[in-house]
Amino acid sequence: MAELLRASGMTKRYGNVTVLRDVSMEVDSGEIHALLGANGAGKSTLCKIISGLTPASGGTMTLQGQDFSPSSKHEAESRGVQVIPQELNLIPTLSVAENLLLTRLPSTAGVIHHRQLHNRARVALDRFGLTEVPSDVPVGSLGVGRQQMVEIAAALDRDATLLLLDEPTAALSGSETRRLFESLDRLRNRGVGMIYISHRLEEIKQIADRVTVLRDGRYVCTSPVSALSVDAMVDLMSGAATVVDVQKNMSRTETEVDRPTTDRPKADRPKADRPERPRDDLDASADAFASQVSDGDVLTVQGIRRGMLRDISFRVRAGERFGITGLVGSGRTELLRAIFGADVADDGTVAVGQREPRRFTHPAEASAGGLAMVTEDRKQNGLLLQQSVRCNTTLGALRSRFSRWGLIRGASEVQQTEAMCAAMDTRCAGIEQSVGTLSGGNQQKVVIAKWLTSGADVFLFDEPTRGIDVSARRMIYRLIAKLASDGKGIVIVSSDLEELLENCDRIAVMAAGRMVKTFDRGAWSEDAILQASFDALDKIDGAQRETALK
Amino acid sequence: MTRRKIFQSVLQYAGLIGVLAFLVLTFSLSTENFFQTQTLVTIANSNPDLIFISVGMTLVLIVGGIDLSVGSLLALGSAVIGVLMVRHQWPVYAAVPVCCLVTAACGLLNGFLSVWFAIPSFIVTLGMLEMARGATKVVTDSQTMYIGSRVEGFGEPISVVSLSPAFLVALGVVILGQFLLTQTVFGRYCVAIGTNREAVRMSGIRTKPVIITAFAISGFLCGLASLSQTSRLSSADPNAAIGLELSAIAACVIGGTSLMGGRGSVVASFFGVLIIAVLQSGLAQLGVEDAIKQIVTGGVIILAVLFDAVRQKFGKVN
Repeated sequence: MAELLRASGMTKRYGNVTVLRDVSMEVDSGEIHALLGANGAGKSTLCKIISGLTPASGGTMTLQGQDFSPSSKHEAESRGVQVIPQELNLIPTLSVAENLLLTRLPSTAGVIHHRQLHNRARVALDRFGLTEVPSDVPVGSLGVGRQQMVEIAAALDRDATLLLLDEPTAALSGSETRRLFESLDRLRNRGVGMIYISHRLEEIKQIADRVTVLRDGRYVCTSPVSALSVDAMVDLMSGAATVVDVQKNMSRTETEVDRPTTDRPKADRPKADRPERPRDDLDASADAFASQVSDGDVLTVQGIRRGMLRDISFRVRAGERFGITGLVGSGRTELLRAIFGADVADDGTVAVGQREPRRFTHPAEASAGGLAMVTEDRKQNGLLLQQSVRCNTTLGALRSRFSRWGLIRGASEVQQTEAMCAAMDTRCAGIEQSVGTLSGGNQQKVVIAKWLTSGADVFLFDEPTRGIDVSARRMIYRLIAKLASDGKGIVIVSSDLEELLENCDRIAVMAAGRMVKTFDRGAWSEDAILQASFDALDKIDGAQRETALK
Repeated sequence: MTRRKIFQSVLQYAGLIGVLAFLVLTFSLSTENFFQTQTLVTIANSNPDLIFISVGMTLVLIVGGIDLSVGSLLALGSAVIGVLMVRHQWPVYAAVPVCCLVTAACGLLNGFLSVWFAIPSFIVTLGMLEMARGATKVVTDSQTMYIGSRVEGFGEPISVVSLSPAFLVALGVVILGQFLLTQTVFGRYCVAIGTNREAVRMSGIRTKPVIITAFAISGFLCGLASLSQTSRLSSADPNAAIGLELSAIAACVIGGTSLMGGRGSVVASFFGVLIIAVLQSGLAQLGVEDAIKQIVTGGVIILAVLFDAVRQKFGKVN
């Protein structure tokens, strides 16, 4: 097969953080090439570089034998590279036809030819098997799955030679997924090359030809998909196995490739025994955990439901650091927001310490009830960027600690802020400096200082070290440990599994809005945790597809 | 306050004071009798209504909203005073609280509707602008009601200082407003909400009552503006203060208040009012016709914002 894309030595740095290091991959014409990796492995970054959304810091690419370094999405598209993004990119108020042909509406002197527009849209939709979708209704009136299909149809209609698909099936039902795969198959036969990203490993086994695995921004290996079992893929992503292990193992068990290989010897690192996975462990583990009673519980979450969240229960003991991991879109942030009352849960209760269990309907209630939440996006909803360090630090406790009769006690405010800055080693030119001009790490320290000043019994941290330099990160870990040793309850949500392994006493895995498994310190391994989330996802997918078929 | 702090706050207003001084000086040199106590006192005494309204507008803008209904609420307040004093023979001290209550209630409604149903305050207060004006015409039968000397006291100069009680009260409201904004929890919340409402909510603070209060204060101050206006005109005019909301917004903007919320100062808005007033009467004394006055005033507003934008950009680099 003819080589379509060759990327070699691709590197991407943001500031002094390297997110992609010397990664190479080739895609042939008529090949579906899956890109695998855990959160933050660099898949999306590599795709962004290929599709011209961000320039590479190093490395070279060729497309159909010619140099290829797109400086814009437009340039990449003109070379035949089309992207089907994870998020919908449609304009809901425009019709299906207008969305399909948005960049090349048939017109004379700016006046649109409606009949031609709809005829061409019809052809595009029919070709993709969407015969039942009318071309003249607003896209927003279709369901999310259908919208995704229209989006894919639009990209397929633009004569791609290389197609990038980033989790295209995330919002699709079983039958829609099948239809997508049929289209991809047709494209493959026409010689289109495709890069396919998905967390659903069964899907990859089904549709892809080759797999390239990335880990922590580095290239791990490339292999024909038939030579890898799902378990082997997880091992490669987590670093529990090396290419050599897998190959050795494969050659030994060539005839039964798909069988889980639990008892494989591991060369590189010692690995805890993978726990048994009975058929019904999804429900069993949650139940067993909910019934476990301890006097020292400082947070009891019971039966939280909201949107994608399905009946989530867990407890955190005083002084315990409870980590929550899971793939992007598993509902981790949604869970924290529901607990904190930022989004009101449909059902379920939260009890802090010995207080009555209740459902918080506003962060003010949660905060008064002993909860604190350090949000994922500090710029969006954690900080007042244009205001001073002082104003941000005292914001939460202004009424309770720094005022009398509604008047602000300026002196105590200044004193507290200065004390906080000193304790956390916040680097600022003075407490009147506006927070927006601080570095990410110092900004995060201010967010945490705000909640330390307010005081709480349980601290919820959502991605506490995202985009933060190493020294600030260390300071934040120390602080979390200090809070725990003071008997506070800590909940940490993070995509960075290593961070959780180092800083938590217990780690729960979430998948598709459920808490599927909990690991105790000592009884865990990176591999087992990743395995749990992928397994659960595949199982839940299967169940959903079955019900969809009924 | 330390000496350094006082110096800093004077420095903060140095630009505005400089512009004001420049205008006064220019007009004094180009007309014969501009730089006289009498002229300056007249300017002061004819503008308390705009000062009241600008204080309220500053709070509303800082919290991230806008109040277009202030002119109509002023007229509605005058109508209430007129009806109560003329038709029902109420004394002024009984009529004024009712007037302020009515305008404050309208402001409260503005805030409530905008916050509770998440409607942009621009739309809600635009609706209130029409409704309040219509209501004014209903209660007055679209007639100017002459009240006479019973209300004039508030607007007439006191002999010793030659300033009117209205101006002195307005001055007091400016100081009180600045105090509220900088020294109280409510004021800090206003600034914080205007900066990033979601971050304030996620810090465990209820934002809705704060925003509603800001609108209610704006409404209440419209009531005081009504009193000031009726006492100056000796009558309640249902067509009074049309377009006053734009003058108030202009004053705030000249003072450096951000229309995006989160930044502003009551004292600066006060200087904004003075700058507009001095410009208007100075140009009038020069004999400039109304059309040209409008062009110049408009130009000054844009210049002020341009200057502020440049200063902000420069400030960020540092």
